[in-house]
Amino acid sequence: MKLFVPFAESRLMPDTRLAGPMPWVIAIMMFLMVLAAASGLALAQAARAMGGDLAHRATIQVVEANADIREAQARAALAMLARHPAVADAKRVTDAEIAALLEPWLGGEAMGGDLPVPALIDVTLRPGNDADRLAPALAKAAPAARIDDHAQALAPLTGLLAALKWLAAALVVLMAAATTAVVVLTARGALTSHRATIDVMHLLGATDLQIARLFQRRIAIDAFAGGLLGLAGAIAVVVLLGVRLAALGSELVGSLTLAWWGWALLAALPVAGMLLAMFAARWTVIAALRRIL
Amino acid sequence: MGGIVQFDNVGLRYGTGAETLSDISFTLAPGTFHILTGPSGAGKTSLLKLLYLAQRPSRGLIRLFGEDIVTMPRARLPGFRRRIGVVFQDFRLVPYLSAYDNVALPLRVAGVSEKELDGPVREMLAWVGLANRATARPATLSGGEQQRVAIARAVIGRPELLVADEPTGNVDPEMAGRLIHLFDALNKLGTTIVVATHDIHLIGRVAHAQMMRLDRGRIADPTGALRHPPSRPAA
Ligand SMILES: Nc1ncnc2c1ncn2[C@@H]1O[C@H](COP(=O)(O)OP(=O)(O)OP(=O)(O)O)[C@@H](O)[C@H]1O
Ligand SMILES: [Mg+2]
Repeated sequence: MKLFVPFAESRLMPDTRLAGPMPWVIAIMMFLMVLAAASGLALAQAARAMGGDLAHRATIQVVEANADIREAQARAALAMLARHPAVADAKRVTDAEIAALLEPWLGGEAMGGDLPVPALIDVTLRPGNDADRLAPALAKAAPAARIDDHAQALAPLTGLLAALKWLAAALVVLMAAATTAVVVLTARGALTSHRATIDVMHLLGATDLQIARLFQRRIAIDAFAGGLLGLAGAIAVVVLLGVRLAALGSELVGSLTLAWWGWALLAALPVAGMLLAMFAARWTVIAALRRIL
Repeated sequence: MGGIVQFDNVGLRYGTGAETLSDISFTLAPGTFHILTGPSGAGKTSLLKLLYLAQRPSRGLIRLFGEDIVTMPRARLPGFRRRIGVVFQDFRLVPYLSAYDNVALPLRVAGVSEKELDGPVREMLAWVGLANRATARPATLSGGEQQRVAIARAVIGRPELLVADEPTGNVDPEMAGRLIHLFDALNKLGTTIVVATHDIHLIGRVAHAQMMRLDRGRIADPTGALRHPPSRPAA
């Protein structure tokens, strides 16, 4: 299939590129589409990072006022965890680490006193296991132990991220549909204003495809120009936002980055938009031509 | 016998009105020259439209180049149209193309390269006396000049069948003579020609032309010569 026309055929249509509103509408659509796609990709990345880091981890707290019993149960739990098939790694959080964690809240002296601080064990689970599997064995080894499942704690946040991700995807699809509609309307308008020329070419033996190629070429060029403009605007916004977010330095926000393939995907959107416009135009023109002999 | 054009009981009705053409039957032998006359509104343009495949008949059989074009699938029609040259009654030049590009149009549609088409296009423009107006847009040409561009466009591809609707309506008698000479030359090269005209002078110009007369949508054929024509008289 010949998508682009040779020079000779291209001279059959007046070249009125970037005339009319279509390139500008497509630029706006592409701008919004790239922003939506960029946020969707960043959110997906953040959700994945969060899942990878935290979902396979759990913390076990042995909450017992009596320091000796607490210590005994913590050791028993650690020994059990080391043998448990669902556990990849289990590590006692040292008293110094706990002190460092609590210091901002309780002040430096807290650990020296008699304040009962729970014993903590960091557990990394093997993939495909969740922390509930540990419960029966743990109850036997250390009745005072409580499981703190990170995946469960994060569930509302990951749910929100997933919802936002799908929302972004839906926006991209909706804007692609609106872009298609704009192209179809433009192609119909062009058909009407070039009706006489089309009739003549038709009677001189031009095929539907030859005529459709004249339109799809012009519309593809316009759509690509508009798409590049929209992409440039959107990339500028994304980069500026990125700089601002980096300045915040927050860890959660920091995970809102784009991988190289994310950037590649964004850059491919104008090309995809051009192809979409081209095929929408082609289809519109051919459908209209089918109605004449 | 196998003519290049064969009509058999053809009728044409626009919309739901009365038939514009009724019971049209004739055969055109290859290489013949026909002049179609008849009063205004008789249906000459309608008949030519059937010939250049702008319209399908409401009834009857039409064979073109030996094939039934009434039932032919749409996709095959462009190939047939390229074998037919047409001079439209209203010229139908493409307004934003120069005279040169208008004449080159059929060759470009047929995929002829720019290198190959330049010579023939210039030669054809010279033939119709427009060599120095090659870059002019149709709007800046006189009616007669536009008509000559339309004729040049119709004959540039050396069609097997040339259909011309009032091709000399807007030119002076001398230019009309030149154009008829052009048609005649094309006819001698083997093109079958059908010219619809009111022009009495034209009618006498081509010695071997066969007359066809349309009146109120019917073709007058008292001798039956149109249905079963003699083969082309020796020139
Ligand atoms: N597209 C159309 N729709 C409806 N009626 C039409 C159409 N084209 C032509 N007619 C009618 O068909 C009849 C024949 O028209 P046609 O143009 O074939 O006549 P003609 O012989 O070419 O006339 P003229 O010498 O004035 O060019 C006329 O009555 C005309 O009104
Ligand atoms: Mg007419």
